[in-house]
Amino acid sequence: MLTKRIIPCLDVRDGKVVKGTKFKDIKEVDDPVTLAKYYNEQGADELVFYDITASHEGRGIFLDIVEKTAKEVFIPFAVGGGVSTLEDFQTLLRAGADKISINSSAVKNPNLIKEAAERFGSQCVVLSIDAKKIGDKKWNVFINGGRIDTGLDAIEWAIKGVELGAGEIVLNSMETDGVKGGYDLDLMKEVGKVVNVPLVASGGAGKKEDFKDVLLDGGADAALAASVFHFKEIMIPELKDYLIDEGIPMRKVK
Amino acid sequence: MIGIVDYGVGNLSSIENALNTLKYENKIVDSVEEILKCDGLILPGVGAYRDAIKSLKESGLLKSVLDFANSKKPILGICLGLQLLYEKSYEDGEYEGLGLLKGEVVKFNDDLKVPHMGWNDLIIRRDDEIIKYIEEGEYVYFVHSYYINSMDDVISYSEYGVNVPAVVGKENIYGMQFHPEKSGTTGMKILKAFGELI
Repeated sequence: MLTKRIIPCLDVRDGKVVKGTKFKDIKEVDDPVTLAKYYNEQGADELVFYDITASHEGRGIFLDIVEKTAKEVFIPFAVGGGVSTLEDFQTLLRAGADKISINSSAVKNPNLIKEAAERFGSQCVVLSIDAKKIGDKKWNVFINGGRIDTGLDAIEWAIKGVELGAGEIVLNSMETDGVKGGYDLDLMKEVGKVVNVPLVASGGAGKKEDFKDVLLDGGADAALAASVFHFKEIMIPELKDYLIDEGIPMRKVK
Repeated sequence: MIGIVDYGVGNLSSIENALNTLKYENKIVDSVEEILKCDGLILPGVGAYRDAIKSLKESGLLKSVLDFANSKKPILGICLGLQLLYEKSYEDGEYEGLGLLKGEVVKFNDDLKVPHMGWNDLIIRRDDEIIKYIEEGEYVYFVHSYYINSMDDVISYSEYGVNVPAVVGKENIYGMQFHPEKSGTTGMKILKAFGELI
């Protein structure tokens, strides 16, 4: 049976993992490769590296981190932040990333999704959406690290992204991100009704129950979190035991 | 020496990294001469079936891969590489494969989320050297939208709406629908067993 995935997210700046609350108040945590190895041993199903400053300040991608991780960690990992061309895709895939997450650049140039899917396959094209609630069951897409409201409807953007070839969608709720009050279940449910690719929930994990809620009620295929894992507030082996008890299929590392 | 066939599609470094960690001598190969010199061969692949077959044909490597398989030395197709070993694929059209194994590559039913992406458990159908280090119920990482519709040479499979052939084998020809190089310690154990066939 296909299991649901638990994905620690490592926001990387200047070669260090950081975690901000609501994208601000950035605080340094640890070395990305060390953390990646640690999470692999803990039973993480996948990893995500976001170069959080890349799209804003035009930084290059942390290729050496990607390469080093690929040499030492044998689970899938996605890389995002500042990817805006097919060449960026190529470089990161060659460095060993399995999936590439695009966000602002896809909004600015939706054709990037299509071209990347055609050239590298949908399986490596992850559309990451920063969504902010603006009304009842209505969310807008924000870009550039949550700084710009595009006016795009998040649900319609998800549908379009999948039509263009995205193989997976990461839905990050800006309302709940960093608040640790639970994922935005309504957002997951609404998007889950209209797209047929795996959905990754992001933003809001604070306790074990939040994972259960978004994976069961929210219908997400995977749950992404950062600080609760980085600060060891939730340990992945215990989290998985809990979720298995709640009837959610999980991969256990033997 | 295990050759990893480079025919211009996909990322080969993950497989290379996994073989290096296992301390198996390996080389990325892209010519007929190099392929035939190898003791074992891995046919990787991500992306579209049409492009992969086209690239194998145009580079002239298709025949050498077939010759290698016929030489009875171990060959392993991974993901799309496994699908290429079969007779035909219906991915965005109809394309002939290598025909080393009997069966066709077909799309998952529409009521399932596609791609079949994530960790799924292996159900063992028959014993084989390739799975000697793993147990029933271990998890491996899949990412694919098409699957093999034949259970003929299946060693183990996973369930995703249908029985999805996961590890297949016939004499010296092996295939894995999942990515062993991305399947943690379970994947490494399977690759270790493949290396020991050589």
